[in-house]
Amino acid sequence: MSEHETRHGIGVSGGSASGPVVQVAPPVQPPKDEPAPADVDAALQHVLESFEAVAVELEARAATADEHAAPILTATAMMARDAGLHQGAGNRLKAGDGPATAIAAAVEEYATQFEALGGYFAERVADLRDVGARAVAAALGLPAPGVPPLTEPSVIVALDLAPADTATLDRDLAIAIVTQAGGRTSHTAILAAQRGIPAVVQVPGATEIPAGTLVAVDGDAGEVAIDPDPELLEQQRVRREKRAAALAASSGPGLTSDGHHVPLLANIGGVQDAEEAGPQDLEGVGLFRTEFVFLSATTAPTLEEQTDIYTKVFAPFEGRRVVVRTLDAGADKPLAFADLGEEENPALGRRGLRLSQALPELLDTQLKALAAAAEATGADARVMAPMVSTAEEAEWFAGHVRAAGLKKAGVMIEVPAAALRSEHVLADVDFASIGTNDLAQYTMATDRMAGELSDLLDPWQPAVIDVVAAACKGGAVHDTPVGVCGESAGDPLLALVLVGLGVASLSMAPSKVPAVRLALSLHSVDQCKELAAIARSARSAEDAHTAVRAAANPALTEIL
Amino acid sequence: MPARTVAIGSSVGLHARPAQLFVSKVQAAGMPVTIGRPGSAAVDAGSILGVMALGAKHGEEVELTADGDGADAVLDELVALLERDLDAE
Repeated sequence: MSEHETRHGIGVSGGSASGPVVQVAPPVQPPKDEPAPADVDAALQHVLESFEAVAVELEARAATADEHAAPILTATAMMARDAGLHQGAGNRLKAGDGPATAIAAAVEEYATQFEALGGYFAERVADLRDVGARAVAAALGLPAPGVPPLTEPSVIVALDLAPADTATLDRDLAIAIVTQAGGRTSHTAILAAQRGIPAVVQVPGATEIPAGTLVAVDGDAGEVAIDPDPELLEQQRVRREKRAAALAASSGPGLTSDGHHVPLLANIGGVQDAEEAGPQDLEGVGLFRTEFVFLSATTAPTLEEQTDIYTKVFAPFEGRRVVVRTLDAGADKPLAFADLGEEENPALGRRGLRLSQALPELLDTQLKALAAAAEATGADARVMAPMVSTAEEAEWFAGHVRAAGLKKAGVMIEVPAAALRSEHVLADVDFASIGTNDLAQYTMATDRMAGELSDLLDPWQPAVIDVVAAACKGGAVHDTPVGVCGESAGDPLLALVLVGLGVASLSMAPSKVPAVRLALSLHSVDQCKELAAIARSARSAEDAHTAVRAAANPALTEIL
Repeated sequence: MPARTVAIGSSVGLHARPAQLFVSKVQAAGMPVTIGRPGSAAVDAGSILGVMALGAKHGEEVELTADGDGADAVLDELVALLERDLDAE
């Protein structure tokens, strides 16, 4: 009988790990009504000491950082020692601000100037604000915000992780991630899956676990054991070894035990992802998100600029397929040069293909650039539109794709309407890909970003599985292959259910491919169909998951 | 007081790394040095935030002044530094 306490969350990246907790402190704000200093000179001394502590800390980090990070940290330490900044804070103290308030205000004054300069200068604002946040925390006697420097393999615990926290996480020392907030598609989840770090989100009271406490994290079951028993640690160790051995032995194309081919593909979001995924053992790209080309641009990227980027993305995949999703922007991901105005409900507004229909020249330029890049690299480029709801929209899009000289046009199935009417929607296209994250959002009427509603967005929800089944059935009428790109495809058990429903290909974070390949190799198509029937007959998401797990091959479930 | 005018050589302007190298050299000189656009108010060249907030771009002219023993030599060194493309190095 185990004695340790187990907290249940949502596993978003598989595998297990155990180690001491490192708490990521949240950002600190100066108290709203910080009193004016009784002794201005003493307060100034306190402010200077706070800045100096930050400078010393940053210099210590610079000494151990790599050649890219070190100069930035050194320059940031210099900001903390800046005489102008100290003088600004001193003036605020004399005017009656408390120490933390004075620091924040002095920093903000420079930050505003930097932002006004734009370009390279504005990029340094984050560093300056980091100095400010650290100095405010130091002045208040609180821990510095962000991930502290790791000295040993550790479990990173936070309310939620910001992109800035995760950019510098060392894979060798950050052995697992646990967050109290966040959801299945949060930044933390995506990052952890990309890097293959076991992760659990939505863990109650995670931020209250004292730093240094030993925890065992199970990213498959979504469990965190506090002060775990030796037996559990041993179980996890054995499972890790078996898993590593089983995954190392799996290679090549995705095949069921009876030889049915299910291509295993990568989800990528940029040139770096493409270069990393290219040499890996996978059959191409099942989802290339092109937003990054547009989101940071202030003017529409030209045909030449886009051709150059797409050529770099396609180049590592010569002879293999690359499925490209055209621009998926909208009111929640606004473009500086294609603003259609604010919307009350951006998830249901003019986004995806609807935006392309409003601004067809944007789409046509993108398609031309994709055609040129495909020509230049020999990649098997296939292009699909996001947010398609009707057969007319699919036909409109396919016409534009073919006019640009691209051979294969497809649609994303994210809207339940497109799934239910897939026989008609897919009649004029060459393929479809189900985006299970958005499909779940629209089927369950639940905001993807609402972490507290994660249960409704469980990809095992039988209603979502039913809608996937409907999409596959309609695709089968015309022999139009229907793939899945989304979180579901990377879950080894759910992947089996999807294949049983008739899904033709699976696209996921590259780190998830080996486990899915292994799962397929241990089951026949008929067994997958049985598992699909079991999932669809379940009453709840949890029942579906449990029943499928119980019916799957133990050689798979013992390592999950 | 000795003064020099120089055009910024760094292709991205006087920002993080070039600014850091410049300010480090100023601090090492141990005398007051100012930097500013010709005809405008100058700032303390020993303040990295002041120097960055100037927002001097590639090819833009700035005026340096220094006050102390050997000010001319210090200014010559600083001018030589600013003329280089520090980002490309």
